[in-house]
Amino acid sequence: MPTMATPPATQRNLAANLPDQTLRKWLRDMLLIREFEVRSMQAYQNRKIGGFLHIYIGQEAVAVGVIAALGRDDPIITAYRDHGHALARGMDPKHCMAEMFGRIGGCAKGKGGSMHMFDKTNQMFGGHGIVGAQCPLGVGLAFATKYLDEVINSGASSRVTTCFLGDGALNQGAFHEAMNLAGILDLPIVFVCENNGYSMGTSVDRGTTMAHQITAKALAYGIEHASIDGMDVMTVYDGVKPVVDRCRETSRPAFLELRTYRYKGHSMSDPRKYRTKEQEQQYEAADPIDRLANFLMTQHNLAQKEYDALVKEIRAQVREAIKWAEASPPPGSEELYTDVYADVWGPYLGTSQPPMLDETQQDQA
Amino acid sequence: MSTTRLIEFRDALREGMSEEMRRDPSVFLMGEEVAQYQGAYKVSRGMLQEFGPQRVIDTPISESGFAGLGIGAAMMGLRPIIEFMSWSFSLVAADQILNNAPKMLYMSGGQFKVPIVYRGNNGAGGQLGSTHSWSVESMYANVPGLKIAIPFDPYDAKGLIKTAIRDDNPVFFLESERLLSVKGDVPEAEYLIPLGQATVRRTGSDCTIVSFGRPLYFCMEAAETLASDGIDCEVIDGRTIRPLDIETIVRSVCKTNCCVVVDQSWPFASIAAEVAAQVHERCFDDLDHHVVRVHSDDVPPAYAYNLEQEMLPNARKICEAVRTVTYNA
Repeated sequence: MPTMATPPATQRNLAANLPDQTLRKWLRDMLLIREFEVRSMQAYQNRKIGGFLHIYIGQEAVAVGVIAALGRDDPIITAYRDHGHALARGMDPKHCMAEMFGRIGGCAKGKGGSMHMFDKTNQMFGGHGIVGAQCPLGVGLAFATKYLDEVINSGASSRVTTCFLGDGALNQGAFHEAMNLAGILDLPIVFVCENNGYSMGTSVDRGTTMAHQITAKALAYGIEHASIDGMDVMTVYDGVKPVVDRCRETSRPAFLELRTYRYKGHSMSDPRKYRTKEQEQQYEAADPIDRLANFLMTQHNLAQKEYDALVKEIRAQVREAIKWAEASPPPGSEELYTDVYADVWGPYLGTSQPPMLDETQQDQA
Repeated sequence: MSTTRLIEFRDALREGMSEEMRRDPSVFLMGEEVAQYQGAYKVSRGMLQEFGPQRVIDTPISESGFAGLGIGAAMMGLRPIIEFMSWSFSLVAADQILNNAPKMLYMSGGQFKVPIVYRGNNGAGGQLGSTHSWSVESMYANVPGLKIAIPFDPYDAKGLIKTAIRDDNPVFFLESERLLSVKGDVPEAEYLIPLGQATVRRTGSDCTIVSFGRPLYFCMEAAETLASDGIDCEVIDGRTIRPLDIETIVRSVCKTNCCVVVDQSWPFASIAAEVAAQVHERCFDDLDHHVVRVHSDDVPPAYAYNLEQEMLPNARKICEAVRTVTYNA
């Protein structure tokens, strides 16, 4: 029987004791996401990117800090504000940018777009466009890793799935069903709620009950929970790592609120009239990148010159990604009909020309 | 020649699932009351005892949750069988089964297959009223990326469910509560029926009747009645809606020169409308009469016995349609 979980005692200074190069890698990853997003916004304004574009600027410490607490084989899944997670998980920015440009070099050959970043190699099971819909999928990933380890390989469950969601998803049925199933079935999944204060233009207190303490939702499902400052990557790591470790050990779910802030609008068309400039400036003053850079400068002898060189290097990397994406051709028209079905019923041509059986299927008869 | 046994439709489904679960450890069964209760309709009776609680899994009443769980598990390489007690309940999981399962492969540029079977009862049960009497095939068949199979008898139930489980795509497997106790001959030896291969249930020369699943029984009844009036019908069981074996239908219509399509879903934008359109496209010069469609009436299913029976695409309506297209009205 699942027992009622109690909030974990936060372990301090886990991140501070990590090797210097690890913390520098985090700084690099956060700078990469920031620069990537700045250039994505420009590309969108220049009409190189179509559709919707949801910018992750301000939330970098969450993706980088959470993913740092995971193993390479731990699956992740997220919602539509997904470039940061894809990059933090190791996707080449070229493929990420090319996807948004709708080019064949994109991670999904240009068929997914900004909201649907998939990267099997890096255990990234997608950005997902429908709010909350990724939560049951995340539970399925956790079910599957446990099943593969225990039923098929007769071993112990070894992997933890991380399911990112926004505060808007808290009000979707799919989220609640997923939490309940994870609790009932004892699944190793950490729900990471990135509470950036707004679901589109609706502030969290206008959209959900117990907005001042959203971890209360987890209490109802008997799931371990904690609330963590998502604006500081070291705090994120310190808060998340013990939870992930415990989840791996006990095969029980957890729910974490990461309090964060998106500096930009919900999407590119959002004039942000529902909040004040002062509020935005207040968060920007506590910028997660500045905080880590300051820590490294004061505690790890990161020189200003080194930092400037890193920024320059990342600018060049993103510039290169854009150049690469622009050079990648659009998907050929034959791509319209590939990947609709996993096997061959003859070339799929849509229902106007019904596909016929191929020889493999006839042999099965 | 292998031996056959006379078994029920539900037993054939169970045999098919159990054989696949013995063959492939990545197959599991999940749904409401599938395990401890032994199946709301006794389809999974005994499976918990054979395969254990890790592979035969009870869920709470939470269709969106477990329908989505199955998709995540399939993306990770497992082969879930997700039972809907009724396809009527799949409506609350529509986002998962229509937006996630059939689009994942495409959206991910071919990276993530979703080999999953959703199965359960479809169509009017017996006086269950409007909310529990859905025929979902026409609505769901509109979506590319999924397959739909509708078994007619125990033989097909077993042969098709095994193929569906081995398929690398989402397969919607539509059973009928009204058919679960139907008995039929099922071989002891293993066999598979490919998806996309129709079969002729009755040969005839005067009129082609095309249908899927339970209404085929109405078609057979009508064909017997019509035979006594000297009208010789050929009844084709499409077996699967996606893929649709239009070639078998076309071959028959070219022989009989007339066609009636019988569909238990509503008339507007239906399977029968699609089949009729394709027959008109392919057999325009062979038809002596335009195709006539027989559906459930365009109303919500009623509770009252007589109204429910009258609503269904019953033998009387089929006889009328055949007499019309053969100019015997």
